[in-house]
Amino acid sequence: MAARAVLVERPPGSSPAPVETARGYDTLPKLLRRNADTFGDRVAFREKDLGIWQSITWREYFAQTRAFGLGLKSLGFRRGETLAIIGDNRPELFYAELGAQAVGGVTYGLYQDSLADQLAQLLDFSEAPIIFCEDQEQVDKLLEVESRLSHLRHIIVDDWRGMWRYRHPTLLPFAEVQRRGRALHEQTPDAFDAEIDAGRGGDVAIFCQTSGTTALPKLSMLSYDNLIAQGRDFYQREPHLAASDEFVSYLPFAWIGEIMISTTLHQLVGFTVNFPEEPETAQRDFREIGPQFTFAPARIYEGLHTAVTVRMLDSGWLHRRIFDWALRMGGRLVDRRTEQQPVTWWMRLARWAAYWLVYRPVLDKIGFLHLRVAWNGGSPLGPDYFRFFHALGVNLKQIYGQTEIAGISCVHRDGQVRFWTMGYPIANTEVRITDDGEIVERSPSVFLGYHNNPDATAKALRDGWLYTGDYGALDPSGDVIMFDRMSDVIALADGTKMSPWVVEAMLKFTPYIQEAMVFTSADGMMLGAILNIEIRSVGKWAEDRGIAYTSYADLSQKSQVLDLLRGIVEETNRRLRPEWRLSRFVSLYKEFHPDDDELTRTRKLRRRFITERYQPLIDAICAGASTYDATFHVTYEDGRTAEVRTTLAIRSVNRES
Amino acid sequence: MNATDPILRINDLHLHFHDIHAIAGVSFTHGGQEILGIIGPNGAGKTSVLNCINGFYHPSRGTVEFAGTDISRHAPHVRAAMGIARTFQNIALYPGMSVMHNIMTGRVIRMRASVVACGVYAGWAEREHLTHRRVVEEIIDFLEIEAVRDQRVADLPYGLQKKVELGRALAMDPRLLVLDEPMAGMSLDEKADIARYILELKEVRRVPIILIEHDLGVIMDLCDRIIVMDYGKKIAEGPPAEIQRNPDVITAYIGEGPGGH
Repeated sequence: MAARAVLVERPPGSSPAPVETARGYDTLPKLLRRNADTFGDRVAFREKDLGIWQSITWREYFAQTRAFGLGLKSLGFRRGETLAIIGDNRPELFYAELGAQAVGGVTYGLYQDSLADQLAQLLDFSEAPIIFCEDQEQVDKLLEVESRLSHLRHIIVDDWRGMWRYRHPTLLPFAEVQRRGRALHEQTPDAFDAEIDAGRGGDVAIFCQTSGTTALPKLSMLSYDNLIAQGRDFYQREPHLAASDEFVSYLPFAWIGEIMISTTLHQLVGFTVNFPEEPETAQRDFREIGPQFTFAPARIYEGLHTAVTVRMLDSGWLHRRIFDWALRMGGRLVDRRTEQQPVTWWMRLARWAAYWLVYRPVLDKIGFLHLRVAWNGGSPLGPDYFRFFHALGVNLKQIYGQTEIAGISCVHRDGQVRFWTMGYPIANTEVRITDDGEIVERSPSVFLGYHNNPDATAKALRDGWLYTGDYGALDPSGDVIMFDRMSDVIALADGTKMSPWVVEAMLKFTPYIQEAMVFTSADGMMLGAILNIEIRSVGKWAEDRGIAYTSYADLSQKSQVLDLLRGIVEETNRRLRPEWRLSRFVSLYKEFHPDDDELTRTRKLRRRFITERYQPLIDAICAGASTYDATFHVTYEDGRTAEVRTTLAIRSVNRES
Repeated sequence: MNATDPILRINDLHLHFHDIHAIAGVSFTHGGQEILGIIGPNGAGKTSVLNCINGFYHPSRGTVEFAGTDISRHAPHVRAAMGIARTFQNIALYPGMSVMHNIMTGRVIRMRASVVACGVYAGWAEREHLTHRRVVEEIIDFLEIEAVRDQRVADLPYGLQKKVELGRALAMDPRLLVLDEPMAGMSLDEKADIARYILELKEVRRVPIILIEHDLGVIMDLCDRIIVMDYGKKIAEGPPAEIQRNPDVITAYIGEGPGGH
């Protein structure tokens, strides 16, 4: 074993070893070629197809990648050009990614749920001449906006289903590209190796779009050096991964967190990446695999918490009592550990009972039974959620980082998970706070700049430091604390600053609130909130009480529902310091949605946009009105639009504790 | 049988229930590579024609020829084995069984292993089962119902149950697919979905299809040819554009009393 160039073949629990990178493996395609040689017939990917998990070995991964890469070359794809990739996670996406990179290309993953118009803007800006599409859904969007894609030469389609009449000249089946690649490989067997060898660590590997809200898109350019350094530095702090591990890949390929694990760490460590059958089956397939680690944005953990809570609301009296007891007990234990107080034998016994009665069955249901670690990235997760998952015994950790630093700069250390912090800097990473309170970072993973956007690059990159735009501080333990985005921090009337995110996270923790946005009046004297009810749990709550409703809009304005929300807001107020307490709230007639530009594709609030769009409503709340007549436009799924008028009730809440 | 011969030929079909003439002399053919629509007001005899095709009813007079054979007197299961598959206006699935098993029942007619061999489940019976299971999985993939594969049919919403029923008909390897109101009671989205499957079945899998549907928009969009029935008789036949202009059809639909379409 020792003679082989295995990077990490370390059973979990043994002493940490850094990811050794032998010289010469400075690009991802070089790592893939090395893995095909050393891992050979070990399983690289598993995909559920026709109800069965089908395995793909490292050797096959490489052969498929070679066929696609050379196929691209035969289409005239040149070094330095960009391949755009749109689709659900499947092995073919990775063949396309590594294949394009092997022949010197840059890959750019787009969110598959983007609207045609957004795709057109981003694709044209990226100047990608070739686009890889998973299926008809994406092809139809692209053909709709084709005239706006001035650089486009080919659209490669993986799944031709439903397109039997498409004769469009730019369309090309994935299999045809691979066939050409195989033919080219037969003619020139050394060509692919030469292409891989020509790659350098400093080359741009990927474009990754950030959740930019400005007019000009921000596509971060990340080099192989950036990505590989990131993988190594993260692994050094988090040696939780082993080659025998399973990982389930179901989050958007466009997200840096997914690239980080399913591409970079996959190549460095060599675990198995599993792909669900369909997006709808992801939850079940996740459970079938029972991965050893997972990396997901906050909304996934929030969703799991809601799902568990709603299921408990549905269960019998005894079940609920036991569940509540187990969670309370687990929470107390977590608090004791955090405060480094001794744990009594009685608590150990109770925890043992709770494990078998509650924690284990719950973890099994959500597929977390074999987890060694769960990372939350993208945006911070509220402390209440942390407490919930830690009470269940999940080693949930916060990850902090930006796309511009290849995803990760800080992570919680084992045994030092402080729910309010973002974790400790990973290896080779410096974090500082500027005099304005902005978090700035420096590491080998700091990006090369934004593609075709020098102004934004100059703003973000100064003297080798990445300016994050986050407002934060350093904890005495060395952990980084992030309050909020610099632009989102609210200045109160007394001159102090508050972070709306903190209050929102507390509100969202109840199963009844899906999304919340906290804002302040112009003079900073009053705080208000726009709430989105969670339709599943509030719907169930209403049904149990015999409250009839027709739609989301109808349910959101029921007086009983508003009373329920008022209770939640008042409860939250009691836990907040007086000047952070909410005075008034409104329950919105619709959920915030990325298609309406209210959330980013990774489901983060786009505050400025929401504030602009709902300004009259916010003004009415601040002015003390008790109702607001809203007119809004709805677009039905068949494309019809309609103008709907509704009256929103604005409720005041008690601010006393 | 030549390639140009029709897959189905209905000759002067009559069906009486005592004094009621459900079908009074209907003749038509199905050319194979087409979607043939049958429309008409309620009680026009559309479903009765389908029942004569798949053998629930035996015609009082006239013949049903399938692939060149007169099958007028054949029992339904014989016709099913010959390749006539149908779905029903009211869902007729096994509610307590899973989606996968319901579709698997469509394969029973193609299974060769004996009950005993299946009970032992070894060797040939096992291999045969796996082959059938693969066909079923391909249908599940085709209809995009992976997420509900193992759920009880009774727990599924109506639109999905309709899909499962279509899946079971497909599992029979149909040489003629007879669909009785496959979109009844569906939302617009679900209808578009089913329409897509029906088109794909015709275009890619080359399955001959007979379709009864009340949504005239769907019929006009999907069908290559339409037969209009009223009071047990065929009153018109032709491509959708012609049917829409046909005065008899307009009278049959508009001249109807309350409760019609």
